[in-house]
Amino acid sequence: MDFFDIVVSILGSTIRLSIPLLFTALAGLFTERAGVFDIGLEGKMLAAAFASACVAYLTGNAWLGLCGGIAVSIIFSLIHGFASITNRGNQIVSGVALNFVAAGLTVVLGQAWFGQGGRTPQVSGDGRFTPIILPFADAMREVPVIGPLYANVISGNNILTYLAFLAVPITWWVLFRTRFGLRLRAVGENPGAVDTAGISVTWLRYRAVIAAGFLCGFAGAYLSIAQSAAFIKDMSAGKGYIALAALIFAKWKPVPVMFACLLFGFLDAFANFMQGKAVPGIGEVPVQIFQALPYILTCILLAGFIGVARPPKAGGVAYTKER
Amino acid sequence: MSGFRQGKARRVSQNPAIELVGIDKSFGAVHANKNINLKVEKGTIHGIIGENGAGKSTLMSIIYGFYQADRGEIRIDGKQLTIRDSQAAISAGIGMVHQHFMLVENFTVLENIMLGAEGGQLLAKGVSEARAELKRLETEYGLDVDPDAVIEELPVGRQQRVEILKALYRKADILILDEPTGVLTPAEADHLFKVLKVLRDQGKTVILITHKLREIMAITDEVSVMRRGEMVATRKTAETSVEELAELMVGRRVLLRVEKGEAKPGKVLLSVKNLTVKDGRGVTMVDNVSFEVREGEIVGLAGVAGNGQSELLEAIAGIRKPASGEILIDGQPIAGADPARLRALGLAHIPEDRHHMGLVLKFSEYENAVLGYHRDSRYGRAGLLDLKAMQAEAVEKIAKYDIRPPNPLLKTANFSGGNQQKIVVAREIERDPKVLIIGQPTRGVDIGAIEFIHRRIVDMRDAGKAVLLVSVELDEIRSLSDRILVMFAGRVVGEKTADAGEQTLGLMMAGIAA
Repeated sequence: MDFFDIVVSILGSTIRLSIPLLFTALAGLFTERAGVFDIGLEGKMLAAAFASACVAYLTGNAWLGLCGGIAVSIIFSLIHGFASITNRGNQIVSGVALNFVAAGLTVVLGQAWFGQGGRTPQVSGDGRFTPIILPFADAMREVPVIGPLYANVISGNNILTYLAFLAVPITWWVLFRTRFGLRLRAVGENPGAVDTAGISVTWLRYRAVIAAGFLCGFAGAYLSIAQSAAFIKDMSAGKGYIALAALIFAKWKPVPVMFACLLFGFLDAFANFMQGKAVPGIGEVPVQIFQALPYILTCILLAGFIGVARPPKAGGVAYTKER
Repeated sequence: MSGFRQGKARRVSQNPAIELVGIDKSFGAVHANKNINLKVEKGTIHGIIGENGAGKSTLMSIIYGFYQADRGEIRIDGKQLTIRDSQAAISAGIGMVHQHFMLVENFTVLENIMLGAEGGQLLAKGVSEARAELKRLETEYGLDVDPDAVIEELPVGRQQRVEILKALYRKADILILDEPTGVLTPAEADHLFKVLKVLRDQGKTVILITHKLREIMAITDEVSVMRRGEMVATRKTAETSVEELAELMVGRRVLLRVEKGEAKPGKVLLSVKNLTVKDGRGVTMVDNVSFEVREGEIVGLAGVAGNGQSELLEAIAGIRKPASGEILIDGQPIAGADPARLRALGLAHIPEDRHHMGLVLKFSEYENAVLGYHRDSRYGRAGLLDLKAMQAEAVEKIAKYDIRPPNPLLKTANFSGGNQQKIVVAREIERDPKVLIIGQPTRGVDIGAIEFIHRRIVDMRDAGKAVLLVSVELDEIRSLSDRILVMFAGRVVGEKTADAGEQTLGLMMAGIAA
């Protein structure tokens, strides 16, 4: 395998590993821009992964699986909304609680329903989102440089991957070109301005968390019925938190969010690649070092190497009219 | 409106722009608006004046749909309306410029103006319409502002202009401004008044809420005075005087005369030199103030609320950092000392707002009775509290100050206002401080407790303590103080003896005479 092949292979898996981060980070973008902190992204993704796997297994239809995942994820969002918007509860506590609920409930229900130690049965065929070979992928393979990149990085992904990248410009457009987006950004900065303009702060924030639930549903479905073929206990593996880190790293902007997710995906892919390989000049390094890279990077970046990240001003604060 | 009357003359119907009938609003135990009646005629500038906390802002928030009145009716142009939310107020043609601007700081002027009136699901169409409309408003009212400027980069005066434009963009006929000049420089304020006059001449109705008499006299046509939640009078501005308004605003209150002997002032215990204090927005609240308080005297600081007394008090108490100047307690400079250190130096502070600063309402009485002094070795050591000792002392104070109910374990929130205040007074006085600074000692306190607290303050003086008293109750200041300093717009504008007339003090408080 020469160097170029290695690059292509790492880039290919970078894309695959970035997708759940991307969906989830965009989900977080919606809620946090509306002033609702959402540490429960992880739980929503996990619950959606479980629901997607169950529905896909039972119906044999990946799209229905996706819908199931979205539905469950939105329900989780609504619970978060009820706790933190309607009842003005602490947003962090509510989110953490949902994460625990998702981690526990998926395993318990999985075991009760399928008896496979918390797993769901394997889905196959139409129950999964399978790779799509783009036109001319094989024909282009022989073209130097572009060919392999096209065939192995751009082509050969499942539909959700393409939707994830499509979600980036759509999110940007919604946030910066629609009335909903203007109001959403405003409510995260100064809900008082929104309220005095005669707009319901509550309903606006609910719509934001529903949008987040919708996107987390895609992330979950991607994990269990696109990337894998079944739900496995704790399969989100902290991706929800990494997505939050990516969101902060990207200063709550859609296009930078995409690049941040790709960066974290790349680190993950690189760690996988380095398993069992010797580092030139050092020799074999324990794989844990590489696996820790994304987290170390997160710490370093969040510790202030990204300049001043100005979060939405009203973030984390429930809105009450002042006297 | 009959058809033939339209056209030539500016359309003026007989109905007032806004009429309030019997508006009543309480927040828990606070009766913010009591049976308010008000008529605001069309095409006028109507001032609403009153001290801080008189209920002006609450009343306006009711008109703007922020709160619902418990009782009463709002009539706009003669029609009774139920204003459930701001949306309803906006569609009734009411616009409001809040005291703290309701702007999204990292948005552009244009985005802020469009927010809530975007003209469709997509922004593109609305943006060009808004630009055109802004141009029109600019030429019509002389309100120029760069639509693409980001709010946080604009000076406050400009930000306020955006708020006004927001209301006009929404076709407001009635514009309410809540303390609009509080954050403005005098030049900006003058410009604002010019704009308001233009708006009135174009047929808009303007309601101006303020506690500054000068502004009322300068630009209003009519003025209504509020005091303690009540609408006490409405006058034509041309037919009233600053003196009359000042008296209406501050009000007379029957207060028992405090028996006290001649003061015997000794050495200086509290000395304030060239003190300047700014608030969180950088506005100067206390402006180069100097005075002294000697042992054995009570110095009263009179003034209409909001003229810097609170900030001065907080600076002396170590809660607010002065911008410049010096404070000395018994000759010792206290720059940078925190409240704990100040207590050790012999300063006791009875804060203006006992709920906000003086007490933790969820604590038991005995816990509040030692709050701030809890590190004292009497109440325990090595970081552990001696609850028995604390409670025993609380029982003593309860007896001495007649705090009712006499139960140190009761939650403080369950005591009446007067008894809560006694808890604070007992705590601060019983430590035998050298200097006592007191803010609003009897606000929300019943008459019996007032007498008791006044007695204790005079006792402190007679025991040779230096007492600085801040109160918005002129009678309280006059009956307790040996010397009276009057504050206006952050400065001490004069000093009088205790026998100064109410009229004289009232004029000084209004910034008219020195």
